Amino acid sequence: MFTVLIVMVVGVFFGYFLRNRKKLVKFADKFTMWAIYLLLFLLGIAVGANEIIMKNLPRLGLKALIISLGGIAGSVLLAWAAYVIWFKPKNNNHEG
Amino acid sequence: MKGSLIILSFFVLGVLLGMFRFVPELLINNDYSQWALYLLMFLVGISIGADPNSLKAIRQLNFKILLVPIVTIVGTTLGVAAIYILLSDEKFLDLLAVGYGFGYYSLSSIFITELRGDELGVVALLANIMREIITLVAAPIFAVLFGKLAPIVSGGATSMDTTLPIVTKASGKDYAMISIFHGIVLSVLVPFLVTLVLSWG
Repeated sequence: MFTVLIVMVVGVFFGYFLRNRKKLVKFADKFTMWAIYLLLFLLGIAVGANEIIMKNLPRLGLKALIISLGGIAGSVLLAWAAYVIWFKPKNNNHEG
Repeated sequence: MKGSLIILSFFVLGVLLGMFRFVPELLINNDYSQWALYLLMFLVGISIGADPNSLKAIRQLNFKILLVPIVTIVGTTLGVAAIYILLSDEKFLDLLAVGYGFGYYSLSSIFITELRGDELGVVALLANIMREIITLVAAPIFAVLFGKLAPIVSGGATSMDTTLPIVTKASGKDYAMISIFHGIVLSVLVPFLVTLVLSWG
């Protein structure tokens, strides 16, 4: 996991020194989406090729979906409160 | 939204191709996703480094940023407790361990498989993949309905890498540093929290 972070930090330095090469930066932004597509595509292959997962998919998948939705809903609702209390720009400093 | 649907179709296409083995064995037997992740992180780094706003955000960091991972941990705990009603034939701590993967499916499923066996390991893998996919699809809606922290906490540990581009699109680049910090803290905590919860069970 730390390799991933080091790779990103190297990218930040590249980006900082290339920040005036607008075309190159724009290309990197566009290419980012393709990297995400590739990542999810590879993940799909790993899931699809795993016979144990595919055989029990309906039952395990439903259980997983419920846990996943519970975790997301709890976090998002609490984050809503945190955002309103601590993060939301105050109206008198910003456009309403 | 269109972007998220494209993302989802690439995932489904991958599942179908993997299922029918319609891909070279090379691709099934080797995990290239690590390399795709490196590529992604490098590109995300470039986009952060080239943006003058992200440097500004680092200077404005304060104690409030510490609250965000705490919100995610407490919120996930409450959320899993709420859905326990639906899955009450399971052990609560098993469900909580799955929730504490925070989207970090590779590591959490490995840990949970080791500690509780294949089945819960598969549930952990799926639940945490879903957390990532749901975040990728719903981040723009979350930002509108529940504020700019919502896409970050929804992404969990992935807010530092795979969901970071979506977070910066939905919440703005000034939330990129909060998102990265949040993801790093949770990623480091995942192995500890999963082990802790399963050792109580």
